[in-house]
Amino acid sequence: MTALLNVRDMRKDYGAIRAVDGVSFSVDAGEILGVIGPNGSGKTTLFNAILGQVTPSAGAVTFEGQSVTGIKPLHLARLGIGRTFQTLQVFGQLSVRDNLIAAGQEFGGSTWRRLFAAPDAGLGARADDMIALFRIGHVAHLPAGSLSYGQQKLVDIAMAFMSRPRLVLLDEPCAGVNPALIDQLTDLLRQVNQQTGATFIVIEHNMDFVMNLCARVICMAQGRILAEGAPASVQANPAVLEAYLGS
Amino acid sequence: MTRLWQAALLLFALVAIYLLPGTLKNYGVYIVTLWSVYVIAGMGLNLTVGYAGQISLGQAAFWGIGAYTTAIALKAGLPFFAALPLSAALCFGVGLLLGFPALRVQHHYLAFATLGFNVLVFLAFRNEDWLTGGTFGINNIPRPILFGWRLRAPLDFFHLTWIATVVMGALMALLLRSPWGRAFAALRDNPIRAESVGIDTTFYTLLAFAIGAAYAGVAGAFFAPLVGFIEPAPFAVTTSLSMLLMVIAGGSGRLFGPAIGAIVVVLLPEWLRFAAEWYLAIFGVLIVVMMVWLPGGLLSIPDRLRAARVLK
Repeated sequence: MTALLNVRDMRKDYGAIRAVDGVSFSVDAGEILGVIGPNGSGKTTLFNAILGQVTPSAGAVTFEGQSVTGIKPLHLARLGIGRTFQTLQVFGQLSVRDNLIAAGQEFGGSTWRRLFAAPDAGLGARADDMIALFRIGHVAHLPAGSLSYGQQKLVDIAMAFMSRPRLVLLDEPCAGVNPALIDQLTDLLRQVNQQTGATFIVIEHNMDFVMNLCARVICMAQGRILAEGAPASVQANPAVLEAYLGS
Repeated sequence: MTRLWQAALLLFALVAIYLLPGTLKNYGVYIVTLWSVYVIAGMGLNLTVGYAGQISLGQAAFWGIGAYTTAIALKAGLPFFAALPLSAALCFGVGLLLGFPALRVQHHYLAFATLGFNVLVFLAFRNEDWLTGGTFGINNIPRPILFGWRLRAPLDFFHLTWIATVVMGALMALLLRSPWGRAFAALRDNPIRAESVGIDTTFYTLLAFAIGAAYAGVAGAFFAPLVGFIEPAPFAVTTSLSMLLMVIAGGSGRLFGPAIGAIVVVLLPEWLRFAAEWYLAIFGVLIVVMMVWLPGGLLSIPDRLRAARVLK
């Protein structure tokens, strides 16, 4: 089986600091991979290097067998790779519904045709479906910037799915979200994964969330992969415990 | 208020503005026509600044390019309705050319890049005598001919300008309602997120800048025959600042913001003339007060009132 995403010997240096140090892993289609590790272990830098937000110092990334190393986020999005951010990244002044439409409108037809397209770019029904799925109907008409942190987080995640991506990288989706919403989020992501076959890579500190959702987990420390495998085995790995708690 | 009532109110306002200058003397009609011209230029700047989030201090340069293009074309015997799209197209093209290097920078750096462009264009107007007449400018710019009838009377020319303003406003509303409008707002709100959902921020930023410039070109095309004589002074950086003030005072990122803002910039100083030599000082104080109390512009007043009612 060919891996959907392949990362080989990824390295990212910031001056003398090596934030990501020779990381290699692959993800199969439909898989949910968790990436854990203490703060500063290089998880977000790894995401940013894969997603073209920063230029890798070395290494290669392939998506569906095609090299995508250093490709700009815009082109990665159009290839079918979506993402969410660690910090909130919504279009604050647009309504929730418009946020969702904006997240999907560039994926069909030519740019010039979009000038004359319907205001909802033909995505109104899909946006409404996502709004129903993420249970944010009561705030759909409000500016996204006016919502609570947890609600904005849900909008942020829903946006990533508007373009029907084949791979979604979620950066700390549970950060700042209340526990009730985290359970809801776990169910939602599992549901989307089962319904669409989309592949997820999830960076998260919330171990319960990772254990419940992910089939496989990578633990990073000091820019390297410390352990990899089933969630329970990684959690029980003494090196992982040491990385989190110190020796 | 229902959509039907909003539409009726808008229609009433548009017709009232069309008819009201009929009660004014020539100078009053001139000022209202100038207001209308500023509204067109302001709509363009509002797209660039208010919707796409790009700061520009060069709108007067595009306004000048439009005015000079129309003046030169009219003097060369070209009809106004050929000079008008020519001015718009030239400004669109220059906007694209300026945008490619200038839009690599953002915020105050972009402000200074566009300010530099305005200074450069101003110097070209002043020094390229062979084309622009230098400091002597271009005079005897004819008024447009419509169906064989030259619009010499100020009121006739106002009517044409106002119809053009309404048409440009309608086109802007359609643009903003389209997916392009949403893309402009997305890149204003969050360019990093916009890129990650496939929005080509470079393309849309350039487009917003160039369309904004084209609107200034159209405004310039009406300004030249309105005043009949153009020279470099009206196209200096101070006018760009006035236009920016217009957008912000009215309500940046609101469709009707420039129309309200142009009242502040064009009509308010005229209304304050009763204060004789103090009128500009009063104008300055009013602007300071407005910026402090209403940073969202005059059109943010209903939102402020609504928010205050909710907090009670």
